[in-house]
Amino acid sequence: MQPILSIRDLHKSFGALEVIKGVDLDVMKGEAIAILGASGSGKSTLLRCVNLLEQPSRGTIALGGQTIGADRGNGLRHYSGADLVAVRKRVGMVFQQFNLFPHMTALQNVIEGPVTVKGRPRAEAEALGRKLLDKVGLSEKADVYPARLSGGQQQRVAIARALAMEPDVMLFDEATSALDPELVGEVLRAIRQLAEEGMTMLIVTHELGFAYHVADRVIFLHQGLIHEQGSPQEVLVAPREARTREFLEGHGQFRLPDRAP
Amino acid sequence: MQWDFQSLLNNWRALLTGLTGTLSLAVVCILAAALIGLVVGAGRYSRRGFARWPATAFVEFFRNTPVLVLIIWFYFAFPILTGQKLSAFTAAAIAISLNGGAFAAEIFRGGMQSLARGQWDAARAIGMNYPQLMRRVILPQAIKRMLPAFTNRAIEILKTTAIASIVAYYELLHSARVIAAADFNPIEAYTAVAIIFFALVYPLTIVARSVERRLRVSE
Repeated sequence: MQPILSIRDLHKSFGALEVIKGVDLDVMKGEAIAILGASGSGKSTLLRCVNLLEQPSRGTIALGGQTIGADRGNGLRHYSGADLVAVRKRVGMVFQQFNLFPHMTALQNVIEGPVTVKGRPRAEAEALGRKLLDKVGLSEKADVYPARLSGGQQQRVAIARALAMEPDVMLFDEATSALDPELVGEVLRAIRQLAEEGMTMLIVTHELGFAYHVADRVIFLHQGLIHEQGSPQEVLVAPREARTREFLEGHGQFRLPDRAP
Repeated sequence: MQWDFQSLLNNWRALLTGLTGTLSLAVVCILAAALIGLVVGAGRYSRRGFARWPATAFVEFFRNTPVLVLIIWFYFAFPILTGQKLSAFTAAAIAISLNGGAFAAEIFRGGMQSLARGQWDAARAIGMNYPQLMRRVILPQAIKRMLPAFTNRAIEILKTTAIASIVAYYELLHSARVIAAADFNPIEAYTAVAIIFFALVYPLTIVARSVERRLRVSE
């Protein structure tokens, strides 16, 4: 079976600083991949390269077998405005800071993509939008502006907004990192539901328990490279690499004790 | 001394013509400055050098040149350079619009910069192209934020139009000068102009202040 997303030899530099140093990754349809790594390991940059919010310095990205951009002949690729739009229509993204449009209601946020970008009739988009808000448990908040929503609610609207484009792949960039602890669960539940429905997802997260339970595969990114990958059991419970163990232990010390002493 | 406003009342037509001249010049300049500000401000905000450098040069030049000098330049120097004579209205309109546009550009840029980077990311991530994200996401928010500053700039432009009298453009100040010369009543004529300007501008500043307050509440 052909991977829905295929990344080859991906490099990304900001000036002299090389953040991604040659990542290869094949993502199969319906796969949920958790991406772990310390800050500065290149997780967010990798994700932002997939929907071309950052343009790769080198390497290729193929969606559904089709390589994005035009070969310039020198190993570099040119991404036209049409390429960017075409990719982003098929790849949805959810951000750490939600980034809802504050001048639009929850429903308007959700239908903005279908109406403005896809040119779908408003009534049809609204029906879809209400269905998606209902799916993330916010049907009664359709006409509320983001400022009146909690962080968890805003992030669920943002998930619905991304889904409204009916993407093939969803990217989650630390979707729960900006949330108060008591709001994390509702967002993780929404993401988990998507995984169970078979959505293809790349999830950058610090929630190790979530990665363990939801991901089909876990990737540990270190200094711009995939340092270790495998099933959640392999990477999270029995990591082979010292770096991975170190990272997991660093997270582990904040875990609650299993039982009160 | 005796104040005698009778001669002004006799010359109300001249004052009305002056008022019309002031308002039409102000309206044209405010609209043009907004348009220039939008285009140049977008250039100033751009990450691309070929858009940013000319915009920056424009802003720095026209912000730092007296409007009086610009009006005189367009009225007296421009025709010699190009062979194209400009009316007093056109020369003044160009000069004031360029100056006002330079300030407006900074207001627009500030308004766009005040938006979090995430708004651009989010708009791009749902597949918007540049015109779409500007029209649907960036400008509606930026314009709201820059409305108070822009209203103040419009008030400045209205007041600046008086300088156009230097090239004998028939606006309020010029009409006062004509009346004063004919009836030897400069005190009354110029006082009347000051009062008319105040009556025009003061309500606008009140509107500007209430707009500012309302926006702050809704933030």
